[in-house]
Amino acid sequence: MIAGAHRRVRSPAVREAALGYLWVLPALVVFAVFVFYPLGKAVWLGLYRTPPFPNLPSKYVGLSQYGSVATSPPFLHSLERTLLFVVLTVPAGIVLGLALAALANQRLAGIRVFRTIFSSTVATSTAVASVIFFTLLDPQVGLFSYWLGKRGGTGILQDPTLALPAVSVVTLWQNIGFTFILMSAALQSIPDDLLEAARVDGASSWIRFRRITLPLLSPTIFFAAVVGVIGSFQAFGQIDLLTQGGPNNHTLVLIYYIYQAAFIDNNYGLAAVMSVILFLILFVLTLAQFWFFERRVFYGRSA
Amino acid sequence: MTVLRYVPLGVMAVIIGFPIYITVVNSLLSAPQIAARPPTLFPTHPLWGSFSTAFNQAHLGVYLRNSAFVTLMIVLAEVITSVLAGYAFAFMRFPFRRTAFMICIATLMVPMEATIVPNRQTIVDLGWFNSFPALIVPFLASGIGIFLFRQAFLGVPRDLCDAARLDGYGHFRFLTRIVMPINRPLIGAFALYAFLSAWNQYLWPLIVTETSGVRTVQIGLRQLQAANVDQTNVIFAGTVLAALPIFILLVAFQRQLVRGLTAGALKG
Repeated sequence: MIAGAHRRVRSPAVREAALGYLWVLPALVVFAVFVFYPLGKAVWLGLYRTPPFPNLPSKYVGLSQYGSVATSPPFLHSLERTLLFVVLTVPAGIVLGLALAALANQRLAGIRVFRTIFSSTVATSTAVASVIFFTLLDPQVGLFSYWLGKRGGTGILQDPTLALPAVSVVTLWQNIGFTFILMSAALQSIPDDLLEAARVDGASSWIRFRRITLPLLSPTIFFAAVVGVIGSFQAFGQIDLLTQGGPNNHTLVLIYYIYQAAFIDNNYGLAAVMSVILFLILFVLTLAQFWFFERRVFYGRSA
Repeated sequence: MTVLRYVPLGVMAVIIGFPIYITVVNSLLSAPQIAARPPTLFPTHPLWGSFSTAFNQAHLGVYLRNSAFVTLMIVLAEVITSVLAGYAFAFMRFPFRRTAFMICIATLMVPMEATIVPNRQTIVDLGWFNSFPALIVPFLASGIGIFLFRQAFLGVPRDLCDAARLDGYGHFRFLTRIVMPINRPLIGAFALYAFLSAWNQYLWPLIVTETSGVRTVQIGLRQLQAANVDQTNVIFAGTVLAALPIFILLVAFQRQLVRGLTAGALKG
């Protein structure tokens, strides 16, 4: 394409267009091969039922597999676990991050030390955090099991009622550094004289928080909520390292179910259907949240 | 009372800091010392052996080197492709420019997790299973990077653009001499963000690799946890080794980190 552009005399506009395509092309090729093609392929794979035994041909079943999977008890159970995980991790993470940012926003000697500690968990990956907590929660040698009086008995991660809350706490802990940094940056960007003027006018600290700080923080809270919900829907490493979906499927979130279906049970049809559903959920969620919060953010500012 | 204001700060600092503190302490103890009760909360005679065991016998050294290579390649490629595409969308005129840009933005709506099944098959078909290209090639471009750079480049003053043209600058020279230097903070912030996401990847490396020769450190930790059940000191030392490069990087680039992490929020 470029060679041709050089051989003949072309107008600058044509040469610019050729150069433009050349610079955009690498990204478009990667997206075509690893984003759009596999998305279409997943939809297509979902039309075929994987046979119960290997070496048999996949059977074309049309859209019926989408319907049957979406209404099947194992899928609904997995969806319920995923939503519970989101509810356990996202709101608490935002409230905690906001509270820590407010605490660290005081003018005190040595406050930098606290800021460093609060943001320190950004240095940990999901795998680092999970392996640390897995060892600390070990029923035999784990320090946390010992302190929680669980030494020797059923481990916390092996307890059906405690496993998902425990995985949520690990996730909360690992994400708190990020949320804290985010909220701190937003809090520090609020002009001091605005809060000072409100104080002079006699507004209590709660009114100042409710009427000034919160509205000004709403775009950041929105961002944290979107990133948090999407992140929790995609949470995989902590499940793989802490519980493998157990005990008794109590931590079998959607993404882990997809992994299990595809790479352990070789049921590509099922995995593809659930992948498409996961995609649709995240797609709608992102759009809905944008729409909802955009209005809130707008009203907050105009008030 | 000023002292009282330190109480909630102190309580939260202990809760959040303790897991990291005890990890470092335990990496300096022996496995029986870790299991002993009451627990040792301060290592009076630190032992450094767990680190060399983790680094050599548990292959953490190889995993770290693999992670460093894969991550650097991804960051470099993502910055280059995103800057080029972002520039083209901001400064160049060509048919279907808007459509092409929309396609790039649309990738933000497709989570990697929803495409792993066909993507793994693609990797197998290309003969890249259990190799570095499998870990690198799918991440050679970034929708968020293209979006961020396009928005930032649109803010470059038109006067500068005209002045550069009068001086005979072509697109490439204008990009490398003027546009990129002006936007160095954003490029740095994006590079750091890309580094963290690439370094911390877990699901994809898990499903496209199977031997320690190409495995990254996050998957290495999984092997470590499974293979060293009795050597808790080695496990803790391994997590310290895996987190250390990121910790050093974050201390060195604190300002870029805040900008990088908040870039989406401020743009959004």
